[in-house]
Amino acid sequence: MHGRIKLKTTEEQAEQKQKERLKKLHFYDTTRSACFAKRKAGILDEEGLILSGQLLAANPDFATLWNFRREIFLHLKEEKTPEELQTLFEKELSFLETCLRVNPKSYGTWHHRGWVLDHSPSPDWKVELELCSKFLQFDERNFHCWDYRRLVVQRAEVSPQEELEFTHKLIGTNFSNYSSWHYRSTLLPLVYPDTECRVGRADEEALLTEYELVQNALFTDPNDQSAWFYYRWLLGRADREETVSCLYISREGQRLIVSFSHPVNVLLPKDELILFVDGLPLRVTWKSPHPQLKRSAIWICELPPNTINAACSEHNFKVHWQDGRIQRECILYKGRSESWCRDSATDQQLFRCDLSVEKTTVLQSELNSCTQLQELEPDNKWCALTIILLMRALDPLGYEKEMLQCFQTLKATDPMRTAYFDDLLSKFIIENSILKMEYAESRVVDLSKKNLTNLCHLDQMQLVTHMNLTSNRLKSLPIHLSMMQCLEVLEASDNEIECLEGLVQLPRLQEISLQNNRISKICDLRPLASCPSLILLNLKGNPITEVPDFQSELSELLPSLKDLIV
Amino acid sequence: MLYWINSNILPKKIKCIFFKKSFIYNFSHFRQAYYGGNWASFTFSGLLAWIEENKEAFSKEEITEWMNDIKEGEEILLLNSSDKSIMNVEVFNFDLFLTVDPDEDLKEEGSSQKENDLFLTVDLVEDLKEQGSSQRKDDLFLTVAAAESFESGIDKSPDMYVNEHPSEALEHNDVCTSSQKKNPELFLDGKKYVNVCKTSVAETRKTITYSQIIRESRRFNIDLVSKLLYSRGSLVDLLIKSNVSRYAEFKNVNRILTYQNGSVEQVPCSRADVFGSKQLTVVEKRMLMKFLSFCIEYEQHPEEYADFKERTFSDFLKTKNLTTNLANFILHSIAMVLDTDLTTEGLRATQHFLQSLGRYGNTPFLFPLYGLGEIPQCFCRMCAVFGGIYCLRHGIRCLVVDKETRRCKAIIDSCGKRISLWAFYCGEQLISRAVLITDRSLLKADSEQLISLVTVPPLKNGQPAVRIIELCSSSMTCMQGTYLVHLTCSSVENAKEDLSPVVSKLFSENIKTGEKGEVEAERPNVLWALYFNMPDFSSVERSSYDLPNNVYVCCGPDSGLGNDCSIQQAEHIFHQMFPDEEFCPPAPNPEDIVYDGDGAPPEESLFKEHEESEVGDGEERTLDTKHLVTSTTNEAEDAQESVKEIPSE
Repeated sequence: MHGRIKLKTTEEQAEQKQKERLKKLHFYDTTRSACFAKRKAGILDEEGLILSGQLLAANPDFATLWNFRREIFLHLKEEKTPEELQTLFEKELSFLETCLRVNPKSYGTWHHRGWVLDHSPSPDWKVELELCSKFLQFDERNFHCWDYRRLVVQRAEVSPQEELEFTHKLIGTNFSNYSSWHYRSTLLPLVYPDTECRVGRADEEALLTEYELVQNALFTDPNDQSAWFYYRWLLGRADREETVSCLYISREGQRLIVSFSHPVNVLLPKDELILFVDGLPLRVTWKSPHPQLKRSAIWICELPPNTINAACSEHNFKVHWQDGRIQRECILYKGRSESWCRDSATDQQLFRCDLSVEKTTVLQSELNSCTQLQELEPDNKWCALTIILLMRALDPLGYEKEMLQCFQTLKATDPMRTAYFDDLLSKFIIENSILKMEYAESRVVDLSKKNLTNLCHLDQMQLVTHMNLTSNRLKSLPIHLSMMQCLEVLEASDNEIECLEGLVQLPRLQEISLQNNRISKICDLRPLASCPSLILLNLKGNPITEVPDFQSELSELLPSLKDLIV
Repeated sequence: MLYWINSNILPKKIKCIFFKKSFIYNFSHFRQAYYGGNWASFTFSGLLAWIEENKEAFSKEEITEWMNDIKEGEEILLLNSSDKSIMNVEVFNFDLFLTVDPDEDLKEEGSSQKENDLFLTVDLVEDLKEQGSSQRKDDLFLTVAAAESFESGIDKSPDMYVNEHPSEALEHNDVCTSSQKKNPELFLDGKKYVNVCKTSVAETRKTITYSQIIRESRRFNIDLVSKLLYSRGSLVDLLIKSNVSRYAEFKNVNRILTYQNGSVEQVPCSRADVFGSKQLTVVEKRMLMKFLSFCIEYEQHPEEYADFKERTFSDFLKTKNLTTNLANFILHSIAMVLDTDLTTEGLRATQHFLQSLGRYGNTPFLFPLYGLGEIPQCFCRMCAVFGGIYCLRHGIRCLVVDKETRRCKAIIDSCGKRISLWAFYCGEQLISRAVLITDRSLLKADSEQLISLVTVPPLKNGQPAVRIIELCSSSMTCMQGTYLVHLTCSSVENAKEDLSPVVSKLFSENIKTGEKGEVEAERPNVLWALYFNMPDFSSVERSSYDLPNNVYVCCGPDSGLGNDCSIQQAEHIFHQMFPDEEFCPPAPNPEDIVYDGDGAPPEESLFKEHEESEVGDGEERTLDTKHLVTSTTNEAEDAQESVKEIPSE
């Protein structure tokens, strides 16, 4: 028999809803108080599990209650038989599953699940793996589940091969998935280890198929970032090994300078640096070029008087680093004022870094397909950026013109990141300049009129004596400039420099040209006081020249200064 | 009181729901003993009955005693006593196992207690019969199980009647089954089969027999109309809005295929498809994605197609730097328009396709479990819950029209009974249809449980584009191990002539020829085929008929893939009848209904003698069948499991 319908009025419904909500709230409040009271009293029994369970089912982000549950479990572990415990843990797992259904993105729930399994007498990790797959099927980008999956995979000893296939499947359904791509980047080196044993890199053949996969994603949706990021990882190479890259001795200055491939702190015991002079250890004090640099790529020591004997035909200097695993030595011959031993940037292909030293043919074909994509999608910034990186990997000097063009495109399509692109371009231009300088075997670097906004790789310019930074857009001379320990002449006119904090303790610096900049206060010039050789300073066209008494204050600050141009 | 006749109306179903609210009782009249008219779906034996029915010529009946019911001031409008809408029905059976022992009953599973016996006696070796019946059963199951264990990845359900008889016969080759005696060729085939079995297990092909199909008749739900639901189409919206969706369950269509360059290929239509496609070069991928992205918001870029507004979509595609392959994909499989359709129509169709993409899965389409015939039934069910009444097995003989008001007052049904009030149809354009039962999918994939839409561009000029929907057993429309294939196109000739070229290109109809080429072996075998034509009413105008003004014309199914046309019409008619009422308002939740226990309204009793059994049946299925199936998982096993619980009728 069919019932005739009478719809309840909305007020009736609203009232009933309100009543239900109040009831729920009351229940929640009383249960919470009961839980807290129990915990305070140290009563760790199964009732506590029931009470906290009721609350957590409704609100899984209540971290205290998860802790309470763990306390109860640890306590019960003492009391119960293994069988009882097993059932208890199983119950807990199915409870957690219901919680996850309600909120699959709760940190507390996933973490507790991992904890429960780790404490369970006989955990079934295979089931957990299936659970993860199921949840990832519902939401392939649930990173909580990805995290948990990695734990499960580790415990269940799932082979990286299987996991790689799994990521492949998920990428197949939706490749906008950072988690999945990232997981691949950790799995590939495990499944296809690099033949040259570089840590974190995969075998070239495997990389080739991977390029193909990513390219499919790039061409399907070039605006999806996740694939581009993975692509850049693929094209990248292993981190350079830590090493001592240069050893420099100045006879006149009685000092020794050690350069490292990475910023280090040799004052820490683990990175202790030991100097041997003519085969005998010599106790010296290492300092970084700038007091603010705790970790530095350059460390300096003043040699004790009479370490260098002018009459001696040669002196042998040698440093041991990392317990002697890394060494470098340098000989100072009689009559030479300085001497060094270094790895050159050109030999190391230093600035092709970020990108691998794969066979150039592969890179060339990658560049070709990206160029093809750019023709189809002239406004795609990811494509333009990747083209730049590829060109730099292939031939940084040869592609300089094209690179500049690409940067123009980038700035036009993504004006919000203009500053980032300017900085990046500055970096690449400096790299190119360093390369040019090294090919010319000169110690003079010309960076004038390059639109630089930023200075970097200054540690690579440790031996440079003349630097021209005229007509750029620099706002400061950063502290890293203090690494240029050989610098004698610095031209930095026509910039926007306000701050000179990098011009500190440069023993050989004689001339500074700072015409048409924005130095306005006498205190901005204070770092110069630590440069003992300074004789010429050009401050023409700076606001500071308007300050009354500026010249007298300056001569007080820099007594040895001979020429001040204003 | 309202009265609806016309056996071919989906729209009517949708209107039904409304009536309960205003206590107008709806009476739907079906000449047939089933709901939905041409929208219906059948079990296999139901379909056989339907075929017989549509082959029969209807004899002209004479006006008889019911003339007495006509009162003064009334005149009658005589209707065609037969529904001649189905034409050119042809059936082909390609199954060699068809001829079965004459002693053996071809009966539906569950129709007798002999289920297991029947199973055992089919082609069973005679000497086994001497042993105890339980023993026999075990033996047979053992062989089946053994065969299955070879085939990893195939469902292990005991319901799967893998026909291993030929190999059985070889082992006991002193005896031969009756069917094999009659078909020596088959025996050879069986031999070959065994050889294959020994050499390469992966090649093993399950053989389905006609008797199995008959026995598993109830596993089939064969639709007369083959359509899909666009995930963002008006039918889906309506199902959701009206809460009728609670009566139905759906599966996503898994892939979209096309026939191109002599082979069946997957059409990359979603982002994931394009990404994963092996056929497209990366540049093609870009061009395709670019074009599709444009189509999604084509209205915002009128300059892109301004010059092509008056020209065809296929011309427009030619200017888009798309390779021929891609242009064909877009034209035939995504837009699914004709070569002659205009650009804006093509763009609109592509947009519709793309908007539906991703709502419920990787293709834009949904298919209702148990077949499209479920949809009208669902609306009927909802309507019935609130007092709608259906008359099955009552054709309309004539209309009784009031001479003065020109209103239809009553109808006389095929039994000569007078019933008050109703609607009507007619049409000329035809749809060609074919239904095939095959043994494997058109395109092999990891999973066997896939629903595929296959678009076949015209094979030759002048031939129609054919749409194929291949249904797997987990769609609850066919038995395990088979695929139900629907072919649809607008008629040029008759169904057989329109569709058989496509069937012979894509399927193998020659199970007999033992020497099959490699390519041939890859094609699905057609086990059974039905061709017929049905009318396409989508262009029927009410004004072309001289009808009483309270008679409304409802169209039957159109040849399109979606259902928008019917929904639109339903809504239109509804608003003509009830200008102030909401169309398909949401049905209230059960907890919001107050049962006042008053019983049925008085009108209902008038028709009690006719309707009780039918309405009752409908209700029972509502409660028992549908609520058992609770998940739309991909796993066929789950779904099959719940199906088993359907009480046999």
